Amino acid sequence: MALLQISEPGQAQLKRRACGIDLGTTHSLVAVLRDGQAATLPGPDGRHRLLSVVHYGDGPATVGWAAAQGAVEDPDNTFFSIKRSMGRGVGDVDDAHDLVEDSTSGVPRFHTAAGPKTAVEISADILGALRARAEEELGGELDGAVITVPAYFDEAQRQATKDAARLAGLPVLRLINEPTAASIAYGLDQEDDRGLIAVFDLGGGTFDISILHLSRGVFEVRATGGDTELGGDDLDRILLDWVKEECGTEEVDRVWTRTILQAVRQAREELSEQDSARIDCGDGKMLTLTREELERRSAPLLGRTLQCCRRALSDAGVEAGDIQEVVMVGGVTRMPYLRREVSKFFSREVHTGIDPDRVVALGAAIQADALVGNAQDQDMLLLDVIPLSLGIEIMGELVERVIERNTTIPAHHAQEFTTFKDGQTALAVHVVQGERELVSDCRSLARFELRGIPPMTAGAARIRVEFQVDADGLLTVEATETVSGVRAGVSVKPSYGLEESEIEQMLRDSVEHAEEDVASRALNEQRVEADRVVQALRDALETDGHILSDDAERSRIETAARALIQARDETDADAIRAGIKALEEACEPFVERRMNRSIQQAMQGRRLEEFQEQD
Amino acid sequence: MAISLTEAAAGQIRAHLEKRGRGLGLRLGVKTTGCSGMAYVLEFADDLEEDDEVFEDKGVKVVISPKSLAYLDGTELDYGREGLNEGFRFTNPNEKARCGCGESFSI
Repeated sequence: MALLQISEPGQAQLKRRACGIDLGTTHSLVAVLRDGQAATLPGPDGRHRLLSVVHYGDGPATVGWAAAQGAVEDPDNTFFSIKRSMGRGVGDVDDAHDLVEDSTSGVPRFHTAAGPKTAVEISADILGALRARAEEELGGELDGAVITVPAYFDEAQRQATKDAARLAGLPVLRLINEPTAASIAYGLDQEDDRGLIAVFDLGGGTFDISILHLSRGVFEVRATGGDTELGGDDLDRILLDWVKEECGTEEVDRVWTRTILQAVRQAREELSEQDSARIDCGDGKMLTLTREELERRSAPLLGRTLQCCRRALSDAGVEAGDIQEVVMVGGVTRMPYLRREVSKFFSREVHTGIDPDRVVALGAAIQADALVGNAQDQDMLLLDVIPLSLGIEIMGELVERVIERNTTIPAHHAQEFTTFKDGQTALAVHVVQGERELVSDCRSLARFELRGIPPMTAGAARIRVEFQVDADGLLTVEATETVSGVRAGVSVKPSYGLEESEIEQMLRDSVEHAEEDVASRALNEQRVEADRVVQALRDALETDGHILSDDAERSRIETAARALIQARDETDADAIRAGIKALEEACEPFVERRMNRSIQQAMQGRRLEEFQEQD
Repeated sequence: MAISLTEAAAGQIRAHLEKRGRGLGLRLGVKTTGCSGMAYVLEFADDLEEDDEVFEDKGVKVVISPKSLAYLDGTELDYGREGLNEGFRFTNPNEKARCGCGESFSI
């Protein structure tokens, strides 16, 4: 059972429910605090990492492994790596999917079997699945959640993430940067003054290096760098080439490629623990991959990560030796070689004690728990800073900075401007982000007009422009003409994005239909599972029916299958679940015999489960 | 009607009380919460309520309200370690089921 601590009188109140979410490009995770220890939560399939894949069909969206399986038959309705499209315009989202020809709002919408979907809505489906895990674990509705985003995410991408969370019904306390979350998981924020921290994050598809500065509990992003096309998948492709060389294979089909990619990935992971690993190349051919070979082959690729580190250090204006802590994130950082190289590069021990796949989610959970008010006798209120200065365009296409970079958030600054011409009645306010002097070198965030300024001589009007950045790093800008008393405040919507009314509508819909959605989702999930089980049984009986021990066994299985098919066509999810269980029990001896046989046959040409997920 | 403490638990409580510098003893209780219905409460006791029962075991006073006592009678309080965590553990003969997170129980 849970271990308890003694509380002060009256303080032993109910813990508020909070979770941390790592919304990743390829995988996502949710973590909560249990007895003061952060832990990630598994899904119904026992896997902690949820594949960030969504599939839209007739029923509710499917998320994760089940969705990825549909990718082969139904690629048009299956969405991978949707994070890359968050907060993006029509021009720069992935072109694998058809966009709906309606760009009135400027937000790309993908055609799906379930109607047009934005990246925000697709991400919301992933977040919804994680929310369900957390609520099941904590036994009720969440009081707060912290979601992590890459340090380099701009305003639009952050706003998109926040919208997705709202749509998924998550009460977002704050978005925090992924490297910040990893540092929190290692408790670096609890030290008095830790100085510079480098967070080295090499995942399946992307590499990020972040240089953070920590002082009095405030994390400041000094520099970010990386390579969005560098990760474990690239190592696997290098190893695939090695296998081709070794086997003398030239012509390969997709199935073989996928099987080998799976096998080399497994071998690569095994080599973090042992000195050599076996790879089955089909046709009875086995290769042995040694750790030295792996290191030799991957050295050029991994060398690129260190180049990124060098660049990030120089952007931050510091030397490798100035870094006081190095945190390793992402599955590839389990490689002893990489740990050695990074450690050598920074001339210090690197932090590897926490599972690098989960460390970000764990840190987010710790932060969520503190923000929701559960943390005791510590006033950890972690602050982030504005990564890039915010300002407005002034005459001459120049930028006037209103909030300087590295200002801690929440922040509020105001500046006065005036009119340029006699009788000028309107002022265009162009909000930009960046450190450069010219507007064209900065990122444009939003534009709006302040109208209704009474005619005055140039320079007489006083226009107060207020910038407000909330705790999530989201910006609101308001302009007011103060001399005349005419108030014409305007607030800025991020220049990507859903219209507020659309978000409201979707939120209303999701609230109105919440109960139905849950019930119909459960039913649909069970139906899909029932179909899968029945189909698998049919296939098995067709190929291996002869190994049934007798007619009694056959009839037992068939009776259970018929009962399940009947339950499947009715509307009781629990009955279907029970039917599946009954059928599985009836089949058990048969399945066992079949397994034994297939293991014997494995040497003659095996069929691997296609791209099986590793967890 | 009784509540008992193990040596380890009594030692911890005495140390905690000493460090805190005040308090009569320890208050045990239950509250309705969580997924299985009830959760244990463990607090320092500074004041006695009118109906409180007070037990003394191994030099530690345990204060408990009659309502809570109905659920906790016969409970033994232990102190131990699980993995990296240390803390107090209830062994309650009245307990029937517990939720997955271990924070709540039912009777």
